[in-house]
Amino acid sequence: MSEKILKEIIVKVWRQKNASDKGRFETFTVNNISTDTSFLEMLDILNYQLVEEGKSPIVFDHDCREGICGTCSLFINGRAHGPDDDITTCQLHMRKFKEGETITVEPFRAASFPVIKDLMVDRSAFEKILHAGGFVSVNTGGVPDGNAIPIGYDDAEAAMDAASCIGCGACVATCKNSSAMLFVSAKVSHLARLPQGKVEAARRARAMVSKMDELGFGNCSNTGACEVECPKGISIANIATLNREYLKAKIAE
Amino acid sequence: MSSFVNSSIGKKFFMSITGFFLMMFLVVHLSINLLLLFDDSGNLFNQGAHFMATNPLIKIVEPLLALGFVLHILYATYLTLKNQKARPVNYKKADLSKSSSWASRNMFVLGTLILIFLVIHIINFYWQLKVSHTVPGVMVDGVEMENAYGLVAGLFKASLIYCLIYITGAVFLGIHLTHGFWSAFQTIGWNNDIWRKRIEFVGKVFAILIAVGFSIIPLYFLIKF
Repeated sequence: MSEKILKEIIVKVWRQKNASDKGRFETFTVNNISTDTSFLEMLDILNYQLVEEGKSPIVFDHDCREGICGTCSLFINGRAHGPDDDITTCQLHMRKFKEGETITVEPFRAASFPVIKDLMVDRSAFEKILHAGGFVSVNTGGVPDGNAIPIGYDDAEAAMDAASCIGCGACVATCKNSSAMLFVSAKVSHLARLPQGKVEAARRARAMVSKMDELGFGNCSNTGACEVECPKGISIANIATLNREYLKAKIAE
Repeated sequence: MSSFVNSSIGKKFFMSITGFFLMMFLVVHLSINLLLLFDDSGNLFNQGAHFMATNPLIKIVEPLLALGFVLHILYATYLTLKNQKARPVNYKKADLSKSSSWASRNMFVLGTLILIFLVIHIINFYWQLKVSHTVPGVMVDGVEMENAYGLVAGLFKASLIYCLIYITGAVFLGIHLTHGFWSAFQTIGWNNDIWRKRIEFVGKVFAILIAVGFSIIPLYFLIKF
């Protein structure tokens, strides 16, 4: 794809001082942006511009910038991680936008993801859910040989697919109910499929669902928006697995 | 048990189970109603309606059905309110049409419209047959029964507006089911990547059958009489 220069784009960004501030949009013009520029680089350029003008730069989350860490967020033109499929915001490029276009940028919005500043939100609710049960308990002792535990191909593949969740929160952001079911189901079904995780499957499903409810995430209504916006394309079949695991765990209780 | 009832998955479980129950009711209801189309003297439908009204099994299921409706509606209202609380500040620009179907995002709206239809429907037929007993009797094969055929056919022959209301109600119900059918399976965990396409397909066919089946009845009386 040949490089083009976008002479002018309008960026409408959500600015908010802190969680208690009401927040508002601010509109900026950015000139001469190459279509090969990534979306976050465009925001970097805009921030340089703001710093030079003596204004406060836009705060947003980012880290690896190669789609594996799950730090970047942003709701761009009405979609989590912007107008492209199976990518994180850092993998979004300006070739997806048109000359003179107004780009609306908002933070991920959910009661459980309070805004820290501008576009940066606190997603530590996900960590709290993981602390509740998203792990395999390991005793001390010698390291067992990995190949000594046989795992079927289909289970290994399905577990790996679920394990590819990077915990970015796009599922919550795009869900009309702000439900965290895709995230929780990815963790639960990943570990429940493997012999090491199966042992604690019932306790895990109970603990993670109860923590998810306690933190104020909404209830899944199976719209399927989460799997479309998920950068890793995690299937909502995992949500059916979670429902099954949870019902099983509750019956066994 | 109490923690199950209070959990998000537990509440959705009740939505799903009551949904399944209501869908089974729709099948029975529609099959009896289609008798309206096959005998213009009304005897066939009257016998069908009389059989349902006097059947001891139906007498047991009827209060359960009412409970199913009430639970489905109450849980839907509670869950919808909770879901709105989960996002106190809305997006100023959201484009969810790329990632989910309109029906899936508007189940509560569709449900409310169906509930309004249900109230009209109960006033039209159920109330007169079961509560106020204002429907005249008729003799079919030496058995006295209420002339339910006359009540239904009379309404649809007399009023274009009611025909349109019933057709609209059936269409709303069909749209509700395009999401509701497969969603009920997903919620109780009867789903995976292979079965999902099959269940979604069957759900769409079921939704169309229900919408078309119930619409045919007022259309039949509208066109034929």
